[in-house]
Amino acid sequence: MAKVTVDGIEVEVANGASVLQACEAAGKEIPRFCYHERLSIAGNCRMCLVEIEKMPKPVASCGQPVGDGMVIKTDTEMVRKARRGVMEFLLVNHPLDCPICDQGGECDLQDEAVGYGRGYSRYDENKRSVGQADWGPLVKTTMTRCIHCTRCIRFSTEVAGVPELGATARGESMQVGTYVEKALSSELSGNIIDLCPVGALTSKPYAYTARPWELKKTDSVDVFDAVGANIRVDARGAEVLRILPRVNDAVNEEWLGDKSRFAVDGLKRRRLDRPWIRENGKLRAASWEEAFAAIADRLKNVPGERIGAIAGDQCDAESMLALKDMMAALGSANIDCRQDGAALDATRREFYLFNTTIAGIEEADALLIIGSNPRREAPVLNARIRKRWLSGGLAVGLIGEEADLTYGFDYIGGGPESLQALGSFADKLRTAKKPMIILGQGALQRDDGAAVLAAAWALAAQYNMLNVDWHGFNVLHTAAARVGALDLGFVPGTGGKNVAAMLGGGVDVLWLLAADEFETSKIGAETFVIYQGHHGDAGAARADVILPGAAYTEKPGTYVNTEGRAQFGFMAVSPPGDAREDWRILRAISAYIGHALPYDDFAQLRAQLIQTNPIFGEIGEVRRLAGSNLEGPVGNAAAIGTAPFINAVHNYYQTDPISRASPTMAACVAAHYGTQAEAAE
Amino acid sequence: MNTQAEPKSFEFDTEAEALVTAAIAHYPMGKQASAVMPLLDIAQRQMARHTGSAWVPRVAMDVIAKRLGMAPIRVYEVATFYLMYNTKPVGKYHLQVCTTTPCWLRGSDDVVAACKSQAGISEFGETSANGLFTMSEVECLGACVNAPILQINDDYFEDMDGVRTEVLLGDLKAGGALPPAGSTAGRSGSAPATGLTALLPTTEPAE
Amino acid sequence: MLSDKDRIYQNLYGLQDWKLGAAKARGDWDGITEILARGRDAIIEEVKTSGMRGRGGAGFPTGLKWSFMPKQSDGRPSYLVVNADESEPGTCKDRDIIRNEPHKLIEGCLIAGFAMGANTGYIYIRGEYYNEAVRLNAAIAQAYEAGLLGKNAAGSGFDFDLHVHRGAGAYICGEESALLESLEGKKGMPRMKPPFPAAMGVYGCPTTVNNVETIAGIPTILRRGAPWFAALGRPKNSGTKIFCISGHVNTPCNVEEELGIPLKDLIEKYAGGVRGGWDNLQAVIPGGASMPILNKEMCDTILMDFDSLKDVRSGLGSGAVIVMDKSADVIKAIWRLSKFFKHESCGQCTPCREGTGWMMRMMARIVDGQAQLSDIDLLETVTRQVEGHTICAFGDAAAWPIQGLLRAFRPLVEQRVIEAQQRNALAQAAE
Repeated sequence: MAKVTVDGIEVEVANGASVLQACEAAGKEIPRFCYHERLSIAGNCRMCLVEIEKMPKPVASCGQPVGDGMVIKTDTEMVRKARRGVMEFLLVNHPLDCPICDQGGECDLQDEAVGYGRGYSRYDENKRSVGQADWGPLVKTTMTRCIHCTRCIRFSTEVAGVPELGATARGESMQVGTYVEKALSSELSGNIIDLCPVGALTSKPYAYTARPWELKKTDSVDVFDAVGANIRVDARGAEVLRILPRVNDAVNEEWLGDKSRFAVDGLKRRRLDRPWIRENGKLRAASWEEAFAAIADRLKNVPGERIGAIAGDQCDAESMLALKDMMAALGSANIDCRQDGAALDATRREFYLFNTTIAGIEEADALLIIGSNPRREAPVLNARIRKRWLSGGLAVGLIGEEADLTYGFDYIGGGPESLQALGSFADKLRTAKKPMIILGQGALQRDDGAAVLAAAWALAAQYNMLNVDWHGFNVLHTAAARVGALDLGFVPGTGGKNVAAMLGGGVDVLWLLAADEFETSKIGAETFVIYQGHHGDAGAARADVILPGAAYTEKPGTYVNTEGRAQFGFMAVSPPGDAREDWRILRAISAYIGHALPYDDFAQLRAQLIQTNPIFGEIGEVRRLAGSNLEGPVGNAAAIGTAPFINAVHNYYQTDPISRASPTMAACVAAHYGTQAEAAE
Repeated sequence: MNTQAEPKSFEFDTEAEALVTAAIAHYPMGKQASAVMPLLDIAQRQMARHTGSAWVPRVAMDVIAKRLGMAPIRVYEVATFYLMYNTKPVGKYHLQVCTTTPCWLRGSDDVVAACKSQAGISEFGETSANGLFTMSEVECLGACVNAPILQINDDYFEDMDGVRTEVLLGDLKAGGALPPAGSTAGRSGSAPATGLTALLPTTEPAE
Repeated sequence: MLSDKDRIYQNLYGLQDWKLGAAKARGDWDGITEILARGRDAIIEEVKTSGMRGRGGAGFPTGLKWSFMPKQSDGRPSYLVVNADESEPGTCKDRDIIRNEPHKLIEGCLIAGFAMGANTGYIYIRGEYYNEAVRLNAAIAQAYEAGLLGKNAAGSGFDFDLHVHRGAGAYICGEESALLESLEGKKGMPRMKPPFPAAMGVYGCPTTVNNVETIAGIPTILRRGAPWFAALGRPKNSGTKIFCISGHVNTPCNVEEELGIPLKDLIEKYAGGVRGGWDNLQAVIPGGASMPILNKEMCDTILMDFDSLKDVRSGLGSGAVIVMDKSADVIKAIWRLSKFFKHESCGQCTPCREGTGWMMRMMARIVDGQAQLSDIDLLETVTRQVEGHTICAFGDAAAWPIQGLLRAFRPLVEQRVIEAQQRNALAQAAE
């Protein structure tokens, strides 16, 4: 530890800490543009200058390591003069177009100019202007506003691992950009908008939409993958205008995937905002009363075993519990959340969790990825792997489809046979102290999925990934709702049918709770389909009755991420039109058909949820399990097939009803996958 | 940028390939990115051999990036940071006139004027209609006691003035080859023009 | 006045052969094995005693710099890097060493590498010195062939490899950390310090960067002894230095002289005097473009060494003397330097990127007669806002010429502005 004095306040900070960190420890705010705690230090903006005794010149505090006994001054005439000078230089070539700049109100340059700007310009020369560059559908550039802090370059190079931004030319001609015009191809590109301290990089879809002070900000949880990134939903009136990440070091740090950030415009399109009933083969608008009557009518005299329910990928736990309870009341054990048929074993939690935890990745020293492309299935989690890899000493092996994961790996093979033939990677696993496996949904969504699960668990046991101090077995989910559904038991009860068995006429009445990610054409022709959800997607197209539900921003709800961390999202806006929160719909219909659910308000429902599984009460927490029970899942590892693993997600931008309705996501598909991917869809 | 001139592909030829291998060998294992500058230079010289214009097309930068295991943007950054990589085509003779203070004090304005009139160029950065000359303004070339300097391709022509510049360029226009580099006033290196003031011939060898 | 026998560079003008045989005849490589046999510590001690200070511009004591290198490797190799990126306007001395005395440089590299435990050396030569690089490579090849480089170099039991890395046109690469970035294949953008190169230089390894003239002088010092070198020049400013005398003199030239020689002697004895005589002198930039300009009064008595020039708030820099007679437009001369600095700023940090352009444009308005008197003070303020606020010393280098001009020639600048205003007013009235 080093003892330093900041403006007369004595603080102790770690050796190797920067002067800036010492100042923060002393409660002194240091203005900065280039410095960012999650990026390498550039030291180029010169705004964080401080005075240090015995040093003749002001020092950039971000890059200066502390020394024991250092006397630092942050508010002297020398410091103020230096910062005012820097501010003036930043402004001489910055267009003062704040009135038409989307960064207005949340601009670091604007904010610091209040303290260090001079209120008038002494610059009589012509201002520099820079041409517009097109970085694709997501990030809008106004490079004339760029102050060359290089945060975006460092982010794309370091965190995203897709180095396509740079600063070309030099001096005052230096330009930040791609040099060869192209759309940014990182799934994390939107984060550079947050990082940009000025209005050089803003959100393209959100351009000229609102000023930040007009927005109502609501804390929520992302549902576009199973990471559970913490988000803030910004809305004006009934409309969600943008989504930003919130800091959570255990989950998403402060990053957010592009789909999670930019698919919001899908919330306004193809919405189910009123009930519909199919008559003579055609859907017609209906009232809630008519819809309920149609359902009650159809359910008459249908025995419980002929009724089934499937929960979708973005459902909140509360609605799923309500549906589960209603199905039980109807005498049905036919419930399932595994639309994709993944062979997830719900008998023990560690069989389906990402047990190492996301932050725990940083402790691992070997990683075997099986049947997954984490970059497309969970870009923020992938950034964590890259962070670990960059710091050195992480060996990565891949079995499955080869892809650019943004870090180096040993490619072992494409199919299950490689599980038994790890080659030289076996030695790396053997010598590792904390090895881990990531098992993707692509490895489980197949006929031999249970065998693959068992084989992967056996590998984990064999290579010491399971012990009292470490749990290295990890299932990487792609559906935000999945772990919560498994935790509350949304799987077939005794004698109950799974998804495959419910299809093809396995049930007479099928309730789809926002379930669209399976082949609806396989539903039996005679099966009566009730679709409760928010978008006119695959499920609604097949429905006989449509009940308009709420999207994730329109209801409060609990989501359990792939690690098993329960998180709560608040309601940001009301559902559109006649649409209602899903648990309310289920509560109402249950009463209508004479099986009233035993909760009258959301609090009672949550209490019921916590009673079902206390996990749901531990909001924000994760129970990190020990890997001391080596006994594996029931699958027979010997029954494994030979077909190569196919990843669960190929088209990152369109994975669910919301993103499929999003014009922005469609533009991303066009920009990045061209017609090829559309054909593959 | 003259986009028509941007080739579809680029490959190092046999002569360049040998130089590339030798260049990479100068740096420690795993530090081959150090060779990005020599490789850009080798590519530029190959373009001069093949097309008569010494420049580095973008496709060549991509080839270099791949060869050295670098992200292409890192090569673009280097190629645009350093002045000697021409990112667009230049004439057969690249007239690089130093106009920094020491050359300017000794009459670089006359050299510029002579270049303009002889090459038929009105501004720095222009290429003559016949493709023979491109004139660039360069900063101090580090030969200041022999100012003013006109660098043509790799060679320094020193102690220039307007007349000698006109003659030199006139010869090149007429199809003549580049004369030997060095002082055009007939002195040896950086010695005074009118006779030695130090290291006189009678001097005994040191010690 | 330095006698010819005390000049280190006997072939400065290239009147003799540069090749190994001729170089050996001039004394190069003589007793190299014995020199190295004295051991690392003895060599560093001798260099310290000689009083050699870096010849690149900063004047840091060379022996002391070498002593910062780790005595014991922690597993990382050490590197010697020679700065041959000679780009400071007015300076052209290293070019002469490289093309006419390359073996002095190569021998110096071996000795320096040995003294600091570096088995590898890189000479970073500016890209425009193409022909010089060709010659240097040829000389290195000769040295390898003669067993003076490579495994067991010169029979010393020490392995030493020497490589040439060509720059490509960027003044900033003369700044040592920018040079190291460039050597690593990146843009030449200076690094923040600490860490210093001796702890973390090229490829993250201990590195010392020395100027060509510093390194090339070492063999002669070790051969003739530190006392010989220390006796030349003035206290704390020992030895000889190559001066480059350019601009308005009758016979511009390079010459090696003792530090501390009066500027007037240097110009009159070696460069044929100021055009039109000493009284026709207007100004001298004494140490390359970044050193503040001196007016005639200062020039009359100034001695050419580190400390004397520092005392008049200028500097010896690289030893480049740019002379201007009374016909010169000193304001335009400094504007041209401002243009140089604006062109060569790497663009990394704010004050330099934005300030160099601003300073150049204000200087241009003064030259063009479009300035107000108040602009002069503003210009001075802007130089102060750049100076001392940047990652490297380039910001200072860009600010000083203007500060020097305003210090030595303020009345001239004011007169220029006022005259232009009067002219403009008359022209307006005549319209």
